[in-house]
Amino acid sequence: MTSVLTTTDAATTASAPLISMTDVCKTYEAGEIKVDALSEVNLTVGGGDYVAIMGPSGSGKSTLMHILGCLDVPTSGRYLLNGTDVSAMNEKQLAHVRNAEIGFVFQQFNLLASETALRNVELPLMYAGVRPAERHQRALEALDRVGLADRVKHRPGELSGGQQQRVSVARALVTNPALLLADEPTGNLDSVSTKDVLNLLDELHGQGRTIVLITHEHDVAARAARVTKIMDGRLSEGGF
Amino acid sequence: MPLSETIRTALRALNARRLRSLLTVLGILIGITAVMLTVGLGQGAQTAITGQINSLGSNLIVVSPSFQSSSSGIRGGGTAATTLTLADVEMLNQKSIVPDASAVAPVSSTSATLVHLSTNWTSTVVGTTPEWASVRAQKLETGRFFSAADLNNNAPVAVIGSTVATQLFSTSSPIGSTIRIGTEDFAVIGVLAATGTSSFIDQDNQVVVPLTTYQGRLAPSATAGSLTAVYVQASSAKTLSAAYSEVQNALLNAHRVTSANQDFTVSTNASLVGVATTLTNVLTALLGGIAGISLLVGAIGVMNIMLVSVSERVREIGLRKALGATPAVIRRQFLVEAAILGLLGGLLGVGLGMLGALALTPVLQIPVEISWTATALALTVSLAIGVLAGVYPASRAARLAPIDALRSE
Repeated sequence: MTSVLTTTDAATTASAPLISMTDVCKTYEAGEIKVDALSEVNLTVGGGDYVAIMGPSGSGKSTLMHILGCLDVPTSGRYLLNGTDVSAMNEKQLAHVRNAEIGFVFQQFNLLASETALRNVELPLMYAGVRPAERHQRALEALDRVGLADRVKHRPGELSGGQQQRVSVARALVTNPALLLADEPTGNLDSVSTKDVLNLLDELHGQGRTIVLITHEHDVAARAARVTKIMDGRLSEGGF
Repeated sequence: MPLSETIRTALRALNARRLRSLLTVLGILIGITAVMLTVGLGQGAQTAITGQINSLGSNLIVVSPSFQSSSSGIRGGGTAATTLTLADVEMLNQKSIVPDASAVAPVSSTSATLVHLSTNWTSTVVGTTPEWASVRAQKLETGRFFSAADLNNNAPVAVIGSTVATQLFSTSSPIGSTIRIGTEDFAVIGVLAATGTSSFIDQDNQVVVPLTTYQGRLAPSATAGSLTAVYVQASSAKTLSAAYSEVQNALLNAHRVTSANQDFTVSTNASLVGVATTLTNVLTALLGGIAGISLLVGAIGVMNIMLVSVSERVREIGLRKALGATPAVIRRQFLVEAAILGLLGGLLGVGLGMLGALALTPVLQIPVEISWTATALALTVSLAIGVLAGVYPASRAARLAPIDALRSE
């Protein structure tokens, strides 16, 4: 295994890491009861890394994914994404960071059923304020990149599960984000489509993309260059 | 994100739920149509009534006997009708007493049966002076009006209204024919032009004869010396109120009464129009208010649908937020959706209102007037309803936390 970096000071890369989490805690309060979903998590991911975060359900991996994806902010601790401290940002700022820095691939695909593949891929560019003509062009390129150039006018219902997930990969790539964040991307796919999507992620990693993959499946995690396990809200050093 | 993008996104979302969008629009549509038609009907009725009052004659002052008893309590019944006499008319005709009057026409009328050959028709017989035609703005279709000579000679001549002409003579020319009014024969010398405003007061169903002839041959004996009304025409619209005061004061002096126990009533077209306007305004407000309630129900419908839409589209909202939509962008999208529903309802409602006005006008015989002001107002109101109904649902959508939104199944 390659080196597993669990503290920021252990970083050996010369440039600043893409992701740098220091003592990140997330506590949920349900009335009197406090639940520590994450306790003192330290995680560093360099540019171009392919990291899998593995853990059973209830381990806190969803919470970690939400914070990594800037969908939520930590209760305490510091999270630097691409050199910017995002741990205390408001909703509006987080929305801009998500739009510019992160491409999401969800287990449920989360495509808009009433829109074509092309429109779905254009969506993040629309929120980025890109003009329609350029948006169109870039979305076509992204769909071409995932091998769906002939399916651009299809709606999600007319595509197979694997094709739908490739549309959502195209949507994640289209803004050219710093981080590709995949949350159980193969959880809803059969074995053929799973292999298909994982091969695509491998290719993207080969082209220098930074990928964080969250999964509970060993064989999926095995595709990553580095594996970090999460258990009871704490990260532990990798391997199997 | 520019507004045009938001509008396009909103239209796509509404189009994806076409049936529901249309049903929601229906609520606003019905409300706007109902308000437009009731207000249009009110305005149309007002115009029609005002037009008819004005067609009675321009700058007209009407003096009529009042049946109000005097302070002594003796006056009443038959004697009340005698309070207005030809002596009053002579006085009102004097320039020194009523300088702002241009013409005075006394009128005495009764109902009578007219006979021509074997045809009968019941109509109003009016005895008056030659000034009547100009004071009441009546024009002649054919023939002539009776002259001062006819008046002085108690001539048995009659000018008939267009309805009477049609009923008694159908298509043949009545001029020179003889009709029997009561027991007396009259020569028809003229036919009045139809005024065409027959839904409130039928001015075309009458026979006009010289006052002297009327009093000598037709009037019931008890009321022979009395007048039904005296019409006074002011010299212009500007002098109308001055003429009104002059008539009022002259009659108060002549009858030796005060305004507390006066035995006559003086009214003008303007005061009649004022009363009619007040009346139609109250009716319009009442009906419009009832129609407005249906609009309110429509607005609640929009809000309801938008709330349902927000809870149904929680995942979509979460996804849009994950992809970079700020709370403000989400809020605007839902506001615009609601505004489009409102405006669409308004546009269709105005269209249906206009069609309804066209369809109703011949049925009700009152023009239903849809003014541009009312149209612009209806569209503004429908847009405002959409926006207002959208505020709460939109802010709920904007407040959704992206993780909760994405988590929901």
